Amino acid sequence: MAAAFLSRPVYPGLALVPQARRHIFALEGAGAGALTDLAPDAGALTRSDILYLPRDPDGAAQAVALAALGAASLWQAPDLAALLSRLAGLLDGARMGTRLYAAGSEGFIGQVLVVAEAAGIDPLSVATEHRGNRARRVQCVHCKTVAEEVTTQPCACPGCGLTLFVRDHYSRRLGAFQGVCIDAEEPGSAPAAEEAFR
Amino acid sequence: MTELALRVAAIDDAIPGIRRIRLVPRTGGLLPAFSAGAHLVLAMRDGPTLRRNPYSLCSDPEDRSGYEIAVRRAERSRGGSAFLHDRLAVGDLLSAGQPANLFQPDWRGRRHVMVAGGIGITPFMAMTATFDRLGLPFELHYACRSRATAAFADLLVARHGARVTLYPSDEGRRIDLAAVVGDQPLGTHLYTCGPDALMAAALQAARDAGWPDQALHAERFEAPPPGDPFTATLARSGIEVTVGRDQSLLEALEAAGVAAPCLCRGGACGECATRVIEARGTILHNDHFLSPGERAAGDRIMTCMSRFTGDRLVLDL
Repeated sequence: MAAAFLSRPVYPGLALVPQARRHIFALEGAGAGALTDLAPDAGALTRSDILYLPRDPDGAAQAVALAALGAASLWQAPDLAALLSRLAGLLDGARMGTRLYAAGSEGFIGQVLVVAEAAGIDPLSVATEHRGNRARRVQCVHCKTVAEEVTTQPCACPGCGLTLFVRDHYSRRLGAFQGVCIDAEEPGSAPAAEEAFR
Repeated sequence: MTELALRVAAIDDAIPGIRRIRLVPRTGGLLPAFSAGAHLVLAMRDGPTLRRNPYSLCSDPEDRSGYEIAVRRAERSRGGSAFLHDRLAVGDLLSAGQPANLFQPDWRGRRHVMVAGGIGITPFMAMTATFDRLGLPFELHYACRSRATAAFADLLVARHGARVTLYPSDEGRRIDLAAVVGDQPLGTHLYTCGPDALMAAALQAARDAGWPDQALHAERFEAPPPGDPFTATLARSGIEVTVGRDQSLLEALEAAGVAAPCLCRGGACGECATRVIEARGTILHNDHFLSPGERAAGDRIMTCMSRFTGDRLVLDL
């Protein structure tokens, strides 16, 4: 399991960088718990901006818990695109000493890291914590469609309909795993899909 | 790896204590390309001794007609800098390994901040030339004893103007490191080369300001420290090698004709890591490569920098 694929990301967990001049937390769904569990001190919270994307079923309660922290700002995103766009705006013009933290599903963290890298942040400089289900974001290597929330192995490509084997091979650029046609040699021979990423 | 056959084309002693040396290919043509931050390991035949020392390339990486290095005369030279200062003349022949780079700029960087002290300026000569050519924002902070003794100071100011700041200590000027790292845009990288204390202070200032380690780069080229002589037994070759007071273990291995792995010869790259089969005594780790845990394990030694004290050292060589 460990390091079978060098590209398979690891998520060491959130740890506060006490010297940081400013903290930006990008959180999704159960990822809110990574920050409330971290319980930053009041001094750190006065330098913290939280971007939160609520997910059912606990989104509202988690938003209340985040608000109770009393950070410098808390913004609830209507959707992922809005959160990523807001994050890109915050990072544009940010100074060194700004540290980014991302917690939530794997697909969410991957897309936050894409925004971070575009802003000049090495992905290894971002504190990450995986919370919530293990659903994967998968790119079909044949038609390039990206399927969200994939939970089965194999899965059907929503673009071209091929049956894809979901590999551990991960693209940091896309924030997605690679899906490769599983029955190309003998169409129709694909095994039945089983829940694999829950 | 093919050795490069070089000839000394020019020597410049304009700055007291610092010798600039231009090396060109013996047979004409172009030398292998190198990248900013790269170094060259020069082989110097000095009587019975063959020395191999690393020097940062300080010429423009776009100039493949020759390589330039700048060497400060060490106060207690092990032989390399004394040889280059006292015995080298224009027309002499030298050989060198291919250029290697352990101090590569991070090309993803949005801005590059360099902190140099003394002769630690050399890798930044090539870096500033490259950053300037590519139009990448940079600034260079250069601490020196005086304007008159600072290598390349005039050239750098002429080339890059206000992007270069000199801090001559005889004028009472010191780099305000907290200010240098205090307000840089996201995506800035810090590079430092110079005396240990300056490098440590620069890295600490950046960490104190919340910079991540991924944005910090330091070039440590140190001469192997002298120490008490010791003997190493080589399990595979079946020979014993005695390491002299002013010799490194790596140099002793080479003198004995053992093909030991190495690259930087300054304890930075990890290439010379050698398995220790038996050590009745203490390994004196002087490298920057092994982690504290790996040092404590005591099963590897970096032959270019580290020494040994004790009864018996057996290496897997």
